[in-house]
Amino acid sequence: MNRLLPFIGFMLLVGLFGFGIWWNTRHDPNAIPTPLLNKPAPAFNLPKLYEPAQTVGKADLLGKPYLLNVFASWCIECGVEHPVLTAEGPSLGVTLVGYNYKDAPADAKNWLARHGNPYDLLIADEPGQTAIDFGVYGAPESFLIDAKGVIRYKHIGPLTQGVVAKELKPAIAAMLKEAP
Amino acid sequence: MTPELGQLALILALLLALAQSILPLLGAWRGNRALMAVARPAAVGQAVFVAMAFGILAWAFLRFDFSVQYVADNSNLALPWYYRIAAVWGAHEGSLLLWIFILNVWTVALAAFSQKLPEVFASRVIAVMGLIAVGFLAFIIFTSNPFGRLLPMPGDGADLNPVLQDPGMTFHPPMLYMGYVGFSVAFAFSIAALLGGELEQAWVRWARPWTNIAWAFLTCGIVAGSWWAYAELGWGGWWFWDPVENASFMPWLVGAALIHAQAVTEKRGSLRAWTILLSIFAFSLSLLGTFLVRSGVLTSVHAFASDPRRGIFILAFLTIVVGGSLLLYALRAPQVLGGKPFKVLSRETVLLIGNLMFAVAAAMVLLGTLFPLIGDALNLGRISVGPPYFGFLFPLLMLPVVLLLPFGPFLRWGKGEAPAIGQVLLRAGVAAAACAIAAAFLVDGQLKAIAGVAAAAWVIAGVLLYALKRWRELPRGRRYPAEMAGMLLAHLGVGVFVAGVLLSESLSVTRDVRMAPGESQHIGSYEFRFDGVHRANGPNWKADQGVVTVIRDGRELTVMHPQKRTYLRGQVQTESAVDAGVTRDLYVALGEPMDAGNVEGAWALRLYYKPFVRWIWAGGLLMMLGGLVCATDKRFRLKRGAETETGAVAGLQVQENRA
Repeated sequence: MNRLLPFIGFMLLVGLFGFGIWWNTRHDPNAIPTPLLNKPAPAFNLPKLYEPAQTVGKADLLGKPYLLNVFASWCIECGVEHPVLTAEGPSLGVTLVGYNYKDAPADAKNWLARHGNPYDLLIADEPGQTAIDFGVYGAPESFLIDAKGVIRYKHIGPLTQGVVAKELKPAIAAMLKEAP
Repeated sequence: MTPELGQLALILALLLALAQSILPLLGAWRGNRALMAVARPAAVGQAVFVAMAFGILAWAFLRFDFSVQYVADNSNLALPWYYRIAAVWGAHEGSLLLWIFILNVWTVALAAFSQKLPEVFASRVIAVMGLIAVGFLAFIIFTSNPFGRLLPMPGDGADLNPVLQDPGMTFHPPMLYMGYVGFSVAFAFSIAALLGGELEQAWVRWARPWTNIAWAFLTCGIVAGSWWAYAELGWGGWWFWDPVENASFMPWLVGAALIHAQAVTEKRGSLRAWTILLSIFAFSLSLLGTFLVRSGVLTSVHAFASDPRRGIFILAFLTIVVGGSLLLYALRAPQVLGGKPFKVLSRETVLLIGNLMFAVAAAMVLLGTLFPLIGDALNLGRISVGPPYFGFLFPLLMLPVVLLLPFGPFLRWGKGEAPAIGQVLLRAGVAAAACAIAAAFLVDGQLKAIAGVAAAAWVIAGVLLYALKRWRELPRGRRYPAEMAGMLLAHLGVGVFVAGVLLSESLSVTRDVRMAPGESQHIGSYEFRFDGVHRANGPNWKADQGVVTVIRDGRELTVMHPQKRTYLRGQVQTESAVDAGVTRDLYVALGEPMDAGNVEGAWALRLYYKPFVRWIWAGGLLMMLGGLVCATDKRFRLKRGAETETGAVAGLQVQENRA
C-alpha cells in the first residue's frame, strides 16, 4: 500500500491538471477582473482631438450609450482592430468615442487620415492621466458605457470580428433591452 | 520543398523511435538477441533524422524562408544571424524540436557508452529512451508542427521576442533542456532495473555519472536564466519564484537529492527504493515543467501561446509515463530493506536528512506553483502565492542542509565517531563565529548579512577541514579522486552561493531617481553622474542610450550605457548596464523621460549597488563544475563485465571505510 502512495498522489495531480485544462477552455486565463465593471465610469474632462480648445466631460456624454475605444498611432494592435471598427462601428447602435492615448496629436491625426476615421467623437489623453482612472492596461482597449454612465463591458486587446459578434454585440443588446 | 523534408524526417524519426522502444523491450522480455540488437541502430537512425529536421529548420531561418510560418513568426530580415539560430528554439514548436534533439543526443551518447553493460539491461534502457521520444515526436507532429507553411508568403517576418535577444537567453534553453532531458537517463536506468527486477545494485553506479552530468547542465541552465533575468528584466532581481523558474528548480532539487541517494545506494546498498523513486520524480518533474510551460495551465511572464489540445496531449503523455512508472514502482520496487545497516550517527543519516529536506522543498515549491490552480479548483478565486511564501519556507528547509553539510564527509558509512564530529563542530563553529563577528563590524549590524557570512564560513570551513584531513592522512594520488574533488567543489559552491544570496539581499541599495543631465546621485562611496541620453542604433533596434559616469574618490571608474530599446516591430525592451565586480555590481536601468517628448531632459533612472551578487552565480557554477568533475571519476568508467565490477565495488568500499 505504501508503495502505491506516489502513484495515488500523482493521479490526484493529474486530476488537478485535467481540471486546469477544462477551466482554461471555459475561462480566459488572461482575463483581468475589472473592478470598474457595472460601476459608474470615472469622471473625466479631456480635450477634443481636432478642437483642443473644447473639452468633453463624462456629463456631456450621459443620455446615450457609447463605446469608448482606447487607441494610439504607436500601437500595432490598433492597426489590426481598425478595419473591424470601421466595418462594424456603424451597425453597433452606439456612439463610437475614440480615446487617443499617450499620443502626439499630430501623429494621431496622420494615422486617422491614413486609415480612416470611424469615430463619432475623438478625445485626446496625451499625458495618460485619465487612463489611470479607467484602469487602462494598454492600447487597444474598449469600454461600453451605458446612458447612465455605467461601464457595462470591457475588452482588453483588439476587437476582432469574433469578439464583436460573440461579446460586444450581445453586451450591447443586453444593455439596450434593459434600458431602451 | 525543404521544409516538407523536415516534416518527413520527423515522421521517419517517429517510426524509428517506435522500433527503438517496442522491439528491444519485446526482445529483452523474450530473450531474443536479434530484437534487442535493434535498439542501438534505431536510436542512431532516429537521431540522424531529428538532426536533419533541426538542421532544416535552422537553415530556413538562415535563408529567411518566410513561407514557413514558424520562421515568419519569429524572425525578420534585420535579425542578426546568431539570433536567427537562437530563434529556432525561440517559441513553442522549435523549443520542442530542441527538446527532442537533445533527447537524441543523450540517447546516442548512452548507446555509445553502454556497450559494456549487460545486453538485456542496455536494450531496456535505450527502449525507455525511445518511448519518451515517441511521445514527444507524436506531440510535435500532431499538435505543434514547426514546418507549417504560410500562404501567401510574407515579404518580411515578425520578430523574435526581444526578451530573448540576449546572449544569456541564447544558451539558457539548450542548457536547461540538457539538464531536463538528461534526467531521462537516470529514469530509464530505474525503469529498466524495475522491469528486469535487478537484484544487484551495479546499475546505480552506471547511472551515477549520467545523473551528475544532467544535474550539472541543469545547474548551468538555471544560472544562465537567473543571470539573464538579472541583466535583462531591469529589476535587478535574480530569482522571482515565477512558475516557469519553479518548473526548472523542482527537478534541480530532486536531482540534488538523487545524486546523494545514488551515492548511498551504490556504496551501501541502502535506500534502493528511494533512489528509484527519486529518479522517477526527477524526470517526472522535468516533464511536468514542460507541461506547465506548454499547456498554459499556469500563466506567467513566460507567456506562451496556450492551446487546450496541446495541454490534453501532454497531460495524457504525462499520465502514461509518470503514472505508468509509479505503478511499476508500486508493483516491482525492491521488497526488502536491503543494504548494510547504519547507526544514527552515520553518513547515511546525514545524507537521508538532506535528501528529505530537498524532497520536501521540491514539494513545497510544487504546492506554491500550483496554488493558483488549486484556488480555481476549490473556487477560492484568483489567488497566487509569491516570494513571501517561498522566501520564508525555502530558507527554513535549507537551514538543516547547510548546518549538516560539513558533517557529511567526516562521518563514516554505517557509524560515526562522536569525538571527530565534536572537533568539526568546534573548528567550523569557531571559523563561522569569527567571521560573523568580523562581519558585524563591517556591515553595521545587518542580521541577514551576518548570518550569510557565518553560514558561508561554516560550510567553507567544513569543506576545507575535510580537504585538509585527506591531504594529511592519505598518500599522494589517493587524496582527491574525481568523485571526491567534485563533491568538495560543489559543497564549496554552496558556501559561496549562500554568502552571495544573503549579502546581496541584505546590503543592496536601490534608488529610483529623477536625474537631469549633469546631476549626480551618491550610493555609498560611488557617485553616479547622469550625462544625458543620446540615440543609438543596433541591427534591428533603435535605442535611447543613457550615459552614466561612475566616480569614486574623484576618479572616473567607468561609464555605463543603459538602454531603452525599441525593436523593429515596436516592442520596447530595457537593457540595463552592469559594471561587474567580485565584491559588488553597479547596475543602472533607464526608465522613462520625465517629460514625454523631451529626450534631452530629465529621466527616471534606477540605480543599484549590489554587493556580492556575483557570488550567487559563482556558487552555482562551482556546483555545476562539481557535478561534472564527479562524473569523470575512473570508478564510473565501464571496463569489464559486470562481475569484475562488483568485485571492484567491494574493494572500493573497504577503501571508503578506511578513508
